[in-house]
Amino acid sequence: MSKIKEAFVNGSWNEQVNVRDFVQKNITPFDGDSSFLSGATERTKKLWDICLEAIKEERANNGVRSIDTEAVSSIVSHEAGYIQKDLELIVGLQTDELLKRAMKPYGGIAVVEKACEEQGLEVSDRVKDIFRNYAKTHNDGVFDVYTDEIRKYRSLGFLTGLPDNYARGRIIGDYRRLALYGIDTLVAAKKADLQGLVGPMSDEKIRLREEVAEQIKALIQIKELGNKYGLDLSRPAESAQEAVQWVYMAYLSAVKEQDGAAMSLGNVSSFIDIYMEYDLANGNITEELAQEFIDQFVMKLRVVRHLRMNAYNEIFAGDPTWVTEAIGGKLMDGRHKITKTSYRFLQTLYNLGASPEPNMTVLWSSSLPEGFKKFCAQVSIDTSSIQYENDDLMTSTRDSDDYGIACCVSFQEIGKQIQFFGARTNLAKTLLLAINGGRCELSGKTIVEGIPALKSDKLDFDEVMANYKLAMKDVARVYNESMNIIHYMHDKYYYEKSQMAFVDTNPAINLAYGMAGLSIVADSLSAIKHADVTVVRNEDGLSSQFLINGEFPCYGNDDDRVDNLAVEISNHFNQLLCGLDTYKNAEPTMSILTITSNVVYGLKTGATPDGREQGVPFAPGANPMHGRDKNGAIASLNSVAKLDYKNALDGISNTFSIIPKSLGADADIRNENLVTMMDAYFSKEAHHLNVNVLDRELLEDAMENPGEYPQLTIRVSGYAVNFVRLTREQQLEVISRSFHSNM
Amino acid sequence: MLRVHSFESLGTYDGPGIRLVAFLQGCNFKCLYCANADTIELKGGKETSAEEILGMAENQRPFFGKKGGLTFSGGEPLVQAKQLLPVVKALKEKGFHICIDTNGSILNDDVKEVLQYTDIILLDIKHINNEQHQFLTGKGNEKTLAFVDYLAEIKKPIWLRYVLVPGHSDKTEHLHQLGEHFKAYDNVEKLEIQPYHELGAHKYEHLGWEYQLKGVKANTTEQLNAARDIFNTYFKEVVIN
Repeated sequence: MSKIKEAFVNGSWNEQVNVRDFVQKNITPFDGDSSFLSGATERTKKLWDICLEAIKEERANNGVRSIDTEAVSSIVSHEAGYIQKDLELIVGLQTDELLKRAMKPYGGIAVVEKACEEQGLEVSDRVKDIFRNYAKTHNDGVFDVYTDEIRKYRSLGFLTGLPDNYARGRIIGDYRRLALYGIDTLVAAKKADLQGLVGPMSDEKIRLREEVAEQIKALIQIKELGNKYGLDLSRPAESAQEAVQWVYMAYLSAVKEQDGAAMSLGNVSSFIDIYMEYDLANGNITEELAQEFIDQFVMKLRVVRHLRMNAYNEIFAGDPTWVTEAIGGKLMDGRHKITKTSYRFLQTLYNLGASPEPNMTVLWSSSLPEGFKKFCAQVSIDTSSIQYENDDLMTSTRDSDDYGIACCVSFQEIGKQIQFFGARTNLAKTLLLAINGGRCELSGKTIVEGIPALKSDKLDFDEVMANYKLAMKDVARVYNESMNIIHYMHDKYYYEKSQMAFVDTNPAINLAYGMAGLSIVADSLSAIKHADVTVVRNEDGLSSQFLINGEFPCYGNDDDRVDNLAVEISNHFNQLLCGLDTYKNAEPTMSILTITSNVVYGLKTGATPDGREQGVPFAPGANPMHGRDKNGAIASLNSVAKLDYKNALDGISNTFSIIPKSLGADADIRNENLVTMMDAYFSKEAHHLNVNVLDRELLEDAMENPGEYPQLTIRVSGYAVNFVRLTREQQLEVISRSFHSNM
Repeated sequence: MLRVHSFESLGTYDGPGIRLVAFLQGCNFKCLYCANADTIELKGGKETSAEEILGMAENQRPFFGKKGGLTFSGGEPLVQAKQLLPVVKALKEKGFHICIDTNGSILNDDVKEVLQYTDIILLDIKHINNEQHQFLTGKGNEKTLAFVDYLAEIKKPIWLRYVLVPGHSDKTEHLHQLGEHFKAYDNVEKLEIQPYHELGAHKYEHLGWEYQLKGVKANTTEQLNAARDIFNTYFKEVVIN
């Protein structure tokens, strides 16, 4: 037995795979402040400079540095790759070369071909032949089965961004397991599970047996991947460096095999810290080296890339990978989970500069130590690279203290639970069905049967609401059908074996639905209720414009008259979804989140009764519509805080942008006010907050001189992007949003 | 009913901590550089009840933290002292911290009672020289100076606020005079220098008024620092907002 293992406090984790128990028994919560932290070493700086240079080349080359058009990516498809071997403490790249992207055609071969063509390259004949003529993909499967109705909903923009031609992502493997147990123990545990899965051989049982068998194969391949890098992954990690390396190898396998939209890391920092504490206490490493491990780990996470076609940028702008790491929170026994390594992760934003990835997410609890809260506020003010989620709310509602954030904002218990990603549906466009007798307001096609025509073009609230509820019911039904098909096929043709190898056999599943356009819906219903709204119809009898007479309260001003409408609609739609049967008996959850699809949703939606014109982008996530929040930032936060997390368990995203001066006159006051603000926001059971502290002028300058702002980061709905990687249209949209300013 | 021009729920410049600032409609001064010129007109504003303000304050209470609260600004909030009184009284009963941002030119029985429920007075002193004060605001400064005496008598904490208008209120001798005058008051806790800016100028056009300080540029950092250095010799704390 290794020395480090002797030092650990034992528990049930020794008998079964249970990382939570290990963390609970061995964590050292840290109550101090940031003064212990180290800067970047020369070695780290050199290595990062090489990466920055490569990233510059990538940007200059239409956003892609190179593509391997020969090999189909798998855990073991490529030989070892290095940035510069002699400088690397943590090794491993997705391919044999920095920023070289790999093909993962199991999601759909056409998408891979398109992505290559857009870069002037062609997929090798061999791969084309295999995937055109022999292998079936997820995309093929889905479109074999889609109904006409689903196709119509999809093409007209009622359902957008569905993971039917790209990988669903969202699943988080418990990558810590590789470090704590090593491959051999994990294989033995999965083999034991498989042995226990005996008859009667129902569909479910057969499927599960096949899945576990796949997971075992993946684990064996991961050991082989380790061999390529000279690492013996068959055994547990025995040092801090190995703990980081082993965790990374587990994650690397996932991003070699899959190109899911969002592939979160989990909550590894508090786990890694246990090894750091041991090595520091025993004089094996210095603080400088401890930081270097994390800097280099984070550097690797920053250069994760997937091959995407240009159209993908519409829904997920800026080439995101969502390597979301959840930092902090507290344990059920009341201790907080802030460790020195929580600080070290955030410190990378100084040592390597600001960055959208990994997607740093602080699990905020009122009981976090003050020193840590202040440090977070400082990092937010300096880098705009952190998002915050309400740990008190999630631990109490979801009953777990060992969770990560899938994608942007979604709770996922690590190793015990997974999610099926569901993109989102357009509830603003659905509202127009209520006004147009069930017809799409732009195409005139009938979407929902049985919606009565309105008695008058002067809108009556009760009449519209009754129709709206009918429309939502059908939209929910079709949405659910599409989800069941998509996840059935994804499991069948693009199963995440390397990730599922680090998850309990037969885990709980959330079916993560989403809705877009909430603020438009709330303001529209408010207008109909509190002002006089008249429909103007075109020659086809479809609404083309709305005339509004009188004033009405808008969502975002802490006014219950409209905020309650937002709550009512989101609760109602969630309840409709909850009443429908799901594939694998997944538990339905819903998010109020748009990523960057608020722009494309707006494009596909006609004029709305709130006065919004056709084509105008929606507000992102659960945000109030730009410029309609008249009472300042806190009133806006208060409105969003009213939304009910229990009816939006997949998350409620709010993006808060403020100019630095508005937080206060000097640095100390700004820091203090930001901490107070977050404590308060989350005390009101709000769920999520992106914090941007930026001057609008800075963004305008970055738009004109992108070369000077390679690392400028801004948080959008649930993730962060390199501002200069957004399209001009998206940049303008970001700039047009409310920047809270009280000057 | 109070006549309110607007609210700012994230007030970070009008008293300690995060504050809900109510800008009341109407002012008895007409300062040449007023940044909220649309609040000067005595008529107008949205009729707002004490309950409404109390409700907003309750919703915002967690954001006030240990230091924050409500600030009544304007306009000149004490123009509506009679209507303001029940509001501050009710707020104080609920334990809210209250600031009033005033030019100090109104002192009547209602004002005196309002002051009982007020924690800090943010006192805008426009100029120490009476003629200059007259020029900038349209009124003399005698009442404001007397108001400060009254606040000293009732031991009410004051944060002085001084807009540094280049060429008008930034002369060295005037800054020293102001320091000399106020240094004796124990209840003056700090002085805030408010940099001059033209951000409110567009409102004048809208109102059909002429912006008389056209051409006056925002302060340079040197100007602000020089003023701060002078004030530092007289006051416990000086900040540049």
